[in-house]
Amino acid sequence: MSAFKDPFDAGTSLTRGCSCGHHHSEAEHQADLALQTSDSEALGNRVVEAAVMRAMFPHDAERRRFLNAVGASTAMAAISSLFPLGMAKEVFAQSGPLEKSSIKVGFIPITCATPIIMSQPMGFYGRQGLNVDVVKTAGWAVIRDKTLNKEYDAAHMLSPMPIAISLGVGSSPIPYTVPAIENINGQAITLSIKHKDKRDPKSWKGFKFAVPFDYSMHNYLLRYYLAEHGLDPDKDVQIRSVPPPEMVANLRADNIDGFLAPDPVNQRAVYDGVGFIHTLTKELWAGHPCCAFAASKEFVTKNPNTYRALLKAIMEATAFAAKPENRKQIAEAIAPANYLNQPVTVIEQVLTGTYADGLGNVKKDANRIDFDPFPWHSFAIWIMSQMKRWGQIKGDVDYAKVAREVFLATDAAKLMKEVGMKPPTTTSKKFSVMGKEFDPAKPDAYIESFAIKRT
Amino acid sequence: MKTLLSWRAPALSLLVFLLMIGIWHALTLPKVMPVTAESEYAALVGTAAATGQKSAFPSPSDVGRKIMEHLSEPFYDRGPNDKGIGIQLAFSIGRVMLGYLLAALVAIPVGFLIGMSPTVYRALDPYIQVLKPISPLAWMPLALFTLKDSSVSAIFVIFICSLWPMLINTAFGVSSVRKEWLNVARTLEVGNLRTAFRVILPAAAPTIMTGMRISISIAWLVIVAAEMLVGGTGIGYFVWNEWNNLSITNIITAILAIGMVGMLLDLMMAKLTKLVTFPE
Repeated sequence: MSAFKDPFDAGTSLTRGCSCGHHHSEAEHQADLALQTSDSEALGNRVVEAAVMRAMFPHDAERRRFLNAVGASTAMAAISSLFPLGMAKEVFAQSGPLEKSSIKVGFIPITCATPIIMSQPMGFYGRQGLNVDVVKTAGWAVIRDKTLNKEYDAAHMLSPMPIAISLGVGSSPIPYTVPAIENINGQAITLSIKHKDKRDPKSWKGFKFAVPFDYSMHNYLLRYYLAEHGLDPDKDVQIRSVPPPEMVANLRADNIDGFLAPDPVNQRAVYDGVGFIHTLTKELWAGHPCCAFAASKEFVTKNPNTYRALLKAIMEATAFAAKPENRKQIAEAIAPANYLNQPVTVIEQVLTGTYADGLGNVKKDANRIDFDPFPWHSFAIWIMSQMKRWGQIKGDVDYAKVAREVFLATDAAKLMKEVGMKPPTTTSKKFSVMGKEFDPAKPDAYIESFAIKRT
Repeated sequence: MKTLLSWRAPALSLLVFLLMIGIWHALTLPKVMPVTAESEYAALVGTAAATGQKSAFPSPSDVGRKIMEHLSEPFYDRGPNDKGIGIQLAFSIGRVMLGYLLAALVAIPVGFLIGMSPTVYRALDPYIQVLKPISPLAWMPLALFTLKDSSVSAIFVIFICSLWPMLINTAFGVSSVRKEWLNVARTLEVGNLRTAFRVILPAAAPTIMTGMRISISIAWLVIVAAEMLVGGTGIGYFVWNEWNNLSITNIITAILAIGMVGMLLDLMMAKLTKLVTFPE
């Protein structure tokens, strides 16, 4: 919302509520404002100005103090001299007409899809001139088929899926792209309440676990976690794929002992008293990617302007969602039946990170879920290393090439800059998973170093 | 005596209904449990979890309230993923009708031809027997892959599942028309086409209608499963969406609605069957 407000108005809050105080809600305020500045160019300028101001004054109070002290016009002049506002506005305006303004984006009702979903009720798509229908879909296989059918123009996918589709694993090979990661962290291992005393993974022999899909971070993280604790995920336990919305029902029915699942599934299990959160996945790998915003290469090359507008909306939404102070507002926007169809409190606990763990404790962890759109190539390489480790792909893989072709880091960096986020300067980084370092330059050596593997 | 009998059955129905509601009510009486959790924690979880329980099955009054809620606003439309139960039912009925009519258009003529020739009947019988018992859900991935459109796939699944009963019944009805009637037609030198329409069709009509009646029930069974799988719209999607929210009250409401519509469809076909039956 804040991108519409005049950032040179001392009374404006760029972060929450109705900015001028004259309206009951931000929506009303926006409608009024849209009437006043009806031409899109003015709106575009506002977006750029707001982005610059936000970048310069991360704390809203500081910006207001500054504006009160020097006055809006002086501030504008001063900042223009430092930062080429005119040029930035021009770059932003430099996109041609949209090839397609009505598009369909599929999603699975989980909080990973937050940027994709919230862009609809909160107007991020509309601001790019897009009329987007976000369509709830029953499961990952269906979302894959509907995207391959071109019923959906773009979709919410698990980040390993576009890689698998591009490689032709589990479907015929079709070049797919990930222009943006949606969320980092935000998953958890949840166990049935009857196992509340079995907190040591070594005692999980014979458990039945559910993960959302074979090609998911959830599958790879759960396998990794179990293997690190000495359990062979193919022999000592059963792992089956169950669509997220059906997981709590299965846990309740004792069909499974636990799952590594996206939220709000974990929190919902706690809310209904059927499970407890054993550990958040951020404890395994802080900042791991989960879901991705994905489109076919064909869509990207055939509709470059639409693709750009869509991605920009997602980037703005992601930037908005990355701010903890916006999370409550987002929770209210995406909880209704049209989107996630969950009690608001469940979504709020997931997004704010103040949550009940299912064992009677209230925990606070502001990074329980976070939003960072940058598609690191090293993430893709790690995913492929796990695909290979568990026998999903055989033979030699050109890790770097696939990563480069599927994870569109350059496009993401360009648009991140435009919406006022700071993209990293490299596309690869080292990170560690459960204390073991991963070097994206040596994926094969990494696979070899594990004791439990299927190669 | 007759009036007494006709009065007895509804009374018994009502009694069964009240008994069921009574048992359901008794089983779901809210247990008063002390809130064991601290207030901060209790605020974050459902009422059942706060007392150390799993969330409970809804009581009849919860479901009744939910039904009234849906009946008071059956046609609301709050975006592509949230529509009133009336709209969802209309979507499902539309799909069923389309798939069913397509199936009838194929099954009745083909069944007719198969039924006329005992050799073809026996030759095709194994295929029909193999294809008949395949579940709609098994067809779905194949349909999605080849037809490349989820709504067409849903209609295809209805088509393929309602095809067989109609086909088999038509073929059976046609092949078992009394030989005397055909002989009479032949003696009177009635043309082939005329025999088909004036003798065989009326004679086989009750059997064909029975097949159509079985098919419509199957089509209605199938649509819920198909929509649960592809999502988007329809009563099956509604059930899936509320399962996602673990809202048992909504699911029970949907189950009752599905039952009601299924009953109406069956009654409709029963009335049509009566029209074509003849005394032997």
